[in-house]
Amino acid sequence: MKKPSLLLGALALALFSAGVHAETLRFATDASYPPFSKQGPDGKMIGFDPDIAQALCAAMKVSCEVLPQDFDGAIPALNARKYDAVIASMNITDERKKAVNFTDKYYNMPSRLVGKAGITVNDAWFKGRKIGVLRSSIQEKYARDHWVKLGATLVSYGKAPESFLDLKSGRIDASFVDAAVGDTDFLKTPNGKGFAFAGPEYNDAKYFGEGAGIAVRKADTALLARLNKALKDIRANGTYDKIQKKYFSFDIYGK
Amino acid sequence: MIDVQFMLDKLPAFLGGGDGQPVFSVTDGLVLTLELLGISLFFGLCLAVPLGLMRVSRNRFVSGAVWLYTYVFRGTPLLVQLFIIYYGLSQFEAVRESWAWAYLREAYVCAIIAFTLNTAAYTTEIIAGQIRNTHWGEIEAAKAMGMSKGLMMRRIVVPSALRRALPAYSNEVVMMMQSTSVAGLVTLADLTGVARRVFSDSYLPFEPFLTAAAFYLALTFLFVWLFKLAERRWLAYLAPRKH
Repeated sequence: MKKPSLLLGALALALFSAGVHAETLRFATDASYPPFSKQGPDGKMIGFDPDIAQALCAAMKVSCEVLPQDFDGAIPALNARKYDAVIASMNITDERKKAVNFTDKYYNMPSRLVGKAGITVNDAWFKGRKIGVLRSSIQEKYARDHWVKLGATLVSYGKAPESFLDLKSGRIDASFVDAAVGDTDFLKTPNGKGFAFAGPEYNDAKYFGEGAGIAVRKADTALLARLNKALKDIRANGTYDKIQKKYFSFDIYGK
Repeated sequence: MIDVQFMLDKLPAFLGGGDGQPVFSVTDGLVLTLELLGISLFFGLCLAVPLGLMRVSRNRFVSGAVWLYTYVFRGTPLLVQLFIIYYGLSQFEAVRESWAWAYLREAYVCAIIAFTLNTAAYTTEIIAGQIRNTHWGEIEAAKAMGMSKGLMMRRIVVPSALRRALPAYSNEVVMMMQSTSVAGLVTLADLTGVARRVFSDSYLPFEPFLTAAAFYLALTFLFVWLFKLAERRWLAYLAPRKH
């Protein structure tokens, strides 16, 4: 009876000491939101968000794990301590600030409607239209407050590609997403033939906040400060620009 | 830990009354779950009776075709079937051009098709099993009365098999009720869909899903009780003697 308990003790000790020495930060990112994040062929997350996460960890001299997570469950999972931070192109809004803390923005991009090429979007257009949005996204909030009373119906999806599939097949009339996502994940693909951005750029700060930030738990103020400092570092030393150039032909940091 | 007040506040959302609207103003939540369940069970049963008869046919092609159908639909997850019908079919130009697209573009219809085909497959096997189990005495008696094969099926075999299928069918109904929860994954707001919406708006994981679970439990209770009544009525002749 003695031997196994000794063995277990040694194992526990080994695990414990490993935990003390190397700090590993667990980042959650959207499982499918290209070019910001998508799962590579080997299962690892690739894209702008995971690259920024790795760069931040390099600046903080810790190791980093970036894991896929459905967007609508990201904040609850963070608060359930499944992750240490969420880097999922999540816009900083007052509502979300009640649940988590945000770092400074790491990019700021408008949202746009994607629809059949040639449509003219004005208030009258929304009557009887079906608009696809991501469940619990800022786009959904904006659309619910502005377009439902104009007669539009909202269709909520768990992942952006699902809404693009339904847009292509004609189940919805437009999809309301981050401009970069609509561009890279749909319009630039063969599926996006015959579709285009429609209507204006939406960046009403009341809904879309001051840009996308990294979410951490309320209690982790030390981590928040470290992430903000690392963010300044990679902005200053050119790492951020290098990553940005990999995915975008224009500046997405905003003013 | 668990915010009971929040659960009570959000209760109307499960009864089709989100955003301050009166309850049952839309079919979200409970009503949609019951609609999906009721319609697919009805069509499923209508399909299953003839299919069950074909399944026990002596003609190898007829019974083989039905076997293949039940094998495929019982051998694959319902969620996969739903995704194939909802996302898969819509990829074909020919489907989108056809008259069927007016129906298939609705997530509601896709869900009902998937659920119907799925429950029909299970029910077919339940009924076919009970047809095979028909007591030889009943068949011999029917033959002795000079009944033709069709008449014997209609008057003796099928009614008796359907009665004996009741206990197994009640399981299928309860399983199907729980399976309707996958409808939330193709944009429908059934009980689980509403729970997911409340969850992602409030970031509270426990409360909305506990509420949904309570609804499912209550429904299960109701169905089990209804089937018990039905069995007492139609299966009384099989109950053990009390005196």
